[in-house]
Parts: sequence; structure tokens; C-alpha cells
Amino acid sequence: MPYIALHEGVTGIRAAMAFRPETAGPLNDLAETLLHAPHTIPPGERELIATYVSYLNDCYFCQTIHGFIAAASLDGDEELVKRVKADFQHASISDKLKALLVIASKVQKGGKHVTAEDVEHARSLGATDLEIHDAVLIAAAFCMYNRYVDGLGTWQPHDDAMYRERGKRVAREGHVTVSKEYLPANAFVDAVAK
Amino acid sequence: MAHIALPEGLPGISSGFAFRPETAKPMRELAHILLHGANSLAPAERELIATYVSTQNDCYFCQTSHGAAAAAHLGSGELVKQVKTDFQSSQVSPKLKALLAIAGKVQQGGKNVTSGDVEHARSLGATDLEIHDTVLIAAAFCMYNRYVDGLGTWQPHDESMYAQMGEHLAKQGYRTPSIAQPEPALK
Repeated sequence: MPYIALHEGVTGIRAAMAFRPETAGPLNDLAETLLHAPHTIPPGERELIATYVSYLNDCYFCQTIHGFIAAASLDGDEELVKRVKADFQHASISDKLKALLVIASKVQKGGKHVTAEDVEHARSLGATDLEIHDAVLIAAAFCMYNRYVDGLGTWQPHDDAMYRERGKRVAREGHVTVSKEYLPANAFVDAVAK
Repeated sequence: MAHIALPEGLPGISSGFAFRPETAKPMRELAHILLHGANSLAPAERELIATYVSTQNDCYFCQTSHGAAAAAHLGSGELVKQVKTDFQSSQVSPKLKALLAIAGKVQQGGKNVTSGDVEHARSLGATDLEIHDTVLIAAAFCMYNRYVDGLGTWQPHDESMYAQMGEHLAKQGYRTPSIAQPEPALK
């Protein structure tokens, strides 16, 4: 049972966002820029960082939906997503992404855990300042989204088929477009006016 | 030394915002709605929640700048100090104490919040929107604090700078920079 009167039958962060569309706007814009917008890190890899941090924060909804978005962006490779969550150092991902996942896991514990060596290591493997910045901010942002989803006691059904279908749609259309499914129409008046 | 090449002369989150304006925009907007927008919780109360969470996360820049914003709203920094040290013995309302308790649980992890915590806040008059915003303020500062410290930003210990920022934040909110931007380098 959610702790406050969220819409029934709406899952996870969607219920919280539908309750407060004013904050849903920037929350979705941030996710869109970090995870879906054009970038030197492919969307699948950015979604893997989001999935891994959500897994460390033990947020079922976020690790599941972002895991399926990642898989959809990685030719449907759900095994790779499982592997990254279980032991990313031995997963079939690039050394650069491993170094960014190390930084993300430090941020998850607390910003001060990131060391100059962690950053130098990522840089030596080809990570740019923008990529390091975004790895830090994706990890930090999921320390917010995860707490938001669990802190309100949102409904998080265990239904892989639902998350898989939704993951494909978000991978294709992005976070902002898909948010129109669950946000009231007038939440987009501002966006259209701009 | 910051971990990446952030613009020099800008403290704390201002340097991250200047480095990446695309993410700064929604982050500023979120802070503006949560801390400065119209709300049944006073801006000072919301800044106290932000300050308390930032203190729990040991982020010097955020706890000092938001503490200064709270002090600017309140006209004094005394209550801010009390809340940071021991909010249960401070002069804030029982409702705000109950919301600070929820924020403290969110800081440790979302699952720490119990229905008992929420019922207690509600019994003291907290509305669903106030409970929602408390959870989201606490969650958002778990992001801002990690962003500021995770990039190794410059966080000068300069009380007058934070006091000025606090005045700006209290009056203008979060949509525009609260600190003078350095002059562009001469070409």
C-alpha cells in the first residue's frame, strides 16, 4: 500500500509522477537527457549504469524497468544485464564502462568515495570529462529516483512481461514521450508552448 | 581539485551546472518547484529539510548554502543550527519534526520509511502533498549532494559568500544562478 493516496493500478515512479506532475516534468527531462539523448556513451550503456545503481539501492521497480530498457537497447541481451548486476567486472562490457561503473558504485555509497584514481583510471581507458560527469550524475540521480519510488511505498508488481514491453517502448521513444501515457495532458502545455 | 575540468571560480554545484547546462536546466527547475514554488510548507521549512539531509550526507556546500537560504527566510541562523544538531529538541513545529524524521529515513534509503512514520506526520496535520514533497526533497538532495561531492567540486569556506547566495536563493529561487558567473576569457 502506498503511504499517500496515489492513483490505484499505476506502478512505481509513474504513480508518484501522476500525483505531482509539476515535479514529474523536470524529473523526466533529466532522465531523458542523461539516458536517451544523443551521447558518446550508447543509451544501452547509460541504462546499465542506471540499472546497476538501482540494484545497489535495492529498488525493484527501477532496476527492473531500466534493466529491460538496457536489454532492449542491447539487441535484447537480458543475460548481459543480469551479468552486470551480479558481477560487472566479469561481464562482456568494455573496460571503459567497467571503470564508469566503479565510479557510479562509489557515488551510490556517497560522493566523497570517488577518488582521483578512479577518475584517472576511467580516463586512461578513454573516458571523456563529459562521460565521467554523466556517470556521476546518472548514479546520483538514481539515488534520488530509487528513494522516491521506495520512500512513497509505490506499487511494484513482479511482472517481467510488463516491464519488458515497457522497456522496449522507452528504448524506442524515450522517457518524456512515454510519460504521456501516465501524466495528465495539461502537464505538457508548457512544453508545447516553448 | 575537481575530478574533471570544471569552470574555475565557481563553487559547488554552480560549476557542475556551468559544465553541463542541459542537465542544469531540469535540476534547477526541480529545486525551484520543491523549495521555492507555492506550497503549504513554508520555504524556510523546505530549506530546513534540504539542509538537514545535506548535513546527514556530509555535503559542506549544500548544507551551508541551503542553511543560508533557510536563515535568510527566517531572519536568523539559530534555528538552522538547532535543526542540524538535534532537530527533535529544536523550536520547529511537531509536524516539521515528523517530516524531518521521514526525510532522515529517506536519506538512509527509501525502504526505511514506515507507514508508522507517515501516520505520525499525518496525525500532526501533514497533507499527502507535504509528505510527497518531503520524500522528494530528501531524495533530490541525495542526488545534489552526491553530484557536488562526486565531482570533487571547489567548496570554499567563506561565510559571506554563502550568506549572499542564501539571500539570492530565498528571494529569487533556483531558476537563475545565485552566484556571479566569471567573466568570459578574453579572446
